[in-house]
Amino acid sequence: MTDENAVCFSIIDQPESWKIQTYMSSGGYLTWKQILQGQPGNETRKKIIETIKQSGLRGRGGAGFPTGLKWSFMPEGDDQKYIICNSDESEPGTCHDREILKLNPHALIEGMAISGFAMNATVGYNYVRGEFIKECFPRIEAALIEAYAHGILGENILDSGVNFDLYNFLGAGAYICGEETGLIESLEGKQGKPRFKPPFPANFGLYGQPTTVNNTQTLASIPKIIEKGPKWYASMGSEKSPGTIIFSVSGHVNKPGNFELPLAIPFDVLLDKAGGVIDGKKLKAVIPGGSSTKVLKADVISECTMDYESLQDAGSALGTGAVVVIAEGTCMVNLLKRISQFYYTESCGQCSPCREGTGWMYKILERITQGQGTQNDLSLLLDVAGRIEGTTICAFGDASAWPVQSFLENFYEEFEYMVKNDGKSLAA
Amino acid sequence: MNEKKLQELPEKVRKEIDEWISKFPEGKQRSAIIGSLHALQKANNGSLTTELMDTLADYLCLPKMYIYEMATFYSMFQTKAVGKHEISVCTNISCMLSGSDKIVQHIENRLNIKLGESTKDGKFFLKKEEECLAACTGAPMMMVNHQYIENLTIDKVDEVINQLERD
Repeated sequence: MTDENAVCFSIIDQPESWKIQTYMSSGGYLTWKQILQGQPGNETRKKIIETIKQSGLRGRGGAGFPTGLKWSFMPEGDDQKYIICNSDESEPGTCHDREILKLNPHALIEGMAISGFAMNATVGYNYVRGEFIKECFPRIEAALIEAYAHGILGENILDSGVNFDLYNFLGAGAYICGEETGLIESLEGKQGKPRFKPPFPANFGLYGQPTTVNNTQTLASIPKIIEKGPKWYASMGSEKSPGTIIFSVSGHVNKPGNFELPLAIPFDVLLDKAGGVIDGKKLKAVIPGGSSTKVLKADVISECTMDYESLQDAGSALGTGAVVVIAEGTCMVNLLKRISQFYYTESCGQCSPCREGTGWMYKILERITQGQGTQNDLSLLLDVAGRIEGTTICAFGDASAWPVQSFLENFYEEFEYMVKNDGKSLAA
Repeated sequence: MNEKKLQELPEKVRKEIDEWISKFPEGKQRSAIIGSLHALQKANNGSLTTELMDTLADYLCLPKMYIYEMATFYSMFQTKAVGKHEISVCTNISCMLSGSDKIVQHIENRLNIKLGESTKDGKFFLKKEEECLAACTGAPMMMVNHQYIENLTIDKVDEVINQLERD
């Protein structure tokens, strides 16, 4: 496929792709320099935001909100503004931002500089998840030092009058910090408990200042989109889901991997890329966008194209593009129990429905798998999930409810069998 | 900053804390707590003590509670002494589908400890990892002292533990 590795992964096959020389010899930082050398002012800013709007780029952190539109929410004026990169990659099944941080960190730095300029934010923070402390963090820190040494960041960059300072930040292990206001709280040195919205970060963000938070992949896509133009970018993918996305394909496949491909490719093509289902087994189900998205049965996902609209129409979501493949023979009750355990332990605890409800769901699933479940537990599970959904400050509550609802909806017979057979699995 | 308390911290740690402070605007040193706790924990064999947290609070001129609430919220911080080598096996969905439960069981048997415990000789700490560690395409995987080791087999795990035992 010719459109493979077109944007964020464009240089990752080169030796030492993370070095500034490699990046620059492939045209890296030229876009940023051209902006700086072209009498940068408010006209240029508007033009950049317009370009991103035209490209149709949507946030790759999971929600898929149009990036250019998000940028345009930032107020004008000379207030201190911030651009933050969300590199707190932790949606179960997702592992492509790690590849960007490791293999193409300069695309992210250039993307942050450009977006910072576009929104008149003179300071940026890259929030990297704590567990990346030894692997990605030194890499992105070294890249930042290289960029400063080349004079492409800092004060009055290349005599343009533009200032942009960038810092890497390190988290310390909390899934909830991937939620943008939880992340801002964490960056302020507090527990990562999401804020009530409104006000949105564009009006009241880091230290109460206007702030935009974008995902790693979103920001690393910016330089290429501006370099090659919005039409080029939008020529890939579909009309409503333009461009490329990195799919992390994991689970029961022969060749798991990260694949940067145009959006809207058929699911079967993606599955082929990953070598097909392991050991020639039959496909049972797929979680198409990270554990927070609803599971789809094999016959449903096989009809889907991998984009925002198709997966939404099928009752799920593209999420982070983390495609978890599940083969025949897998016990869906046990899998759901693991997912529910995750949400139970990672709930930040500030909203009662989520704090209490995730515990209920996990404990019910635990007793079902231990052979102590009752038929009543199945309706209780759905009842609890329904009471969490839509009743919490952030989307974590929904994310904990959707797996429970969709697993029960699609594989009810497995739950019922286990309840009636003292914890014996129908599948395994 | 509190000069007296400052002297009580090792110079390397102090330098690291100062670097974190310098990343944030004047008066926003609360943002430096996470980075500082990482530095302190590393210098103190992988865990934090109340004394260390109190010293940090003084150094950053912040209430002690600000430090405690961070150390207890974030899963990478340990407030009890742990073994020297930290092993975290990812058991989230992709790893679970790829056999991570067997990996955990093997390590538990071999080290004769359960998840969340340290060996009696103080060499190993088998952390209970709840989060997905974002290496799903290399499942099953584990972190050993925060180095990612992917595509695990029982043999590969044994090799790693053998190596650490010789250290």
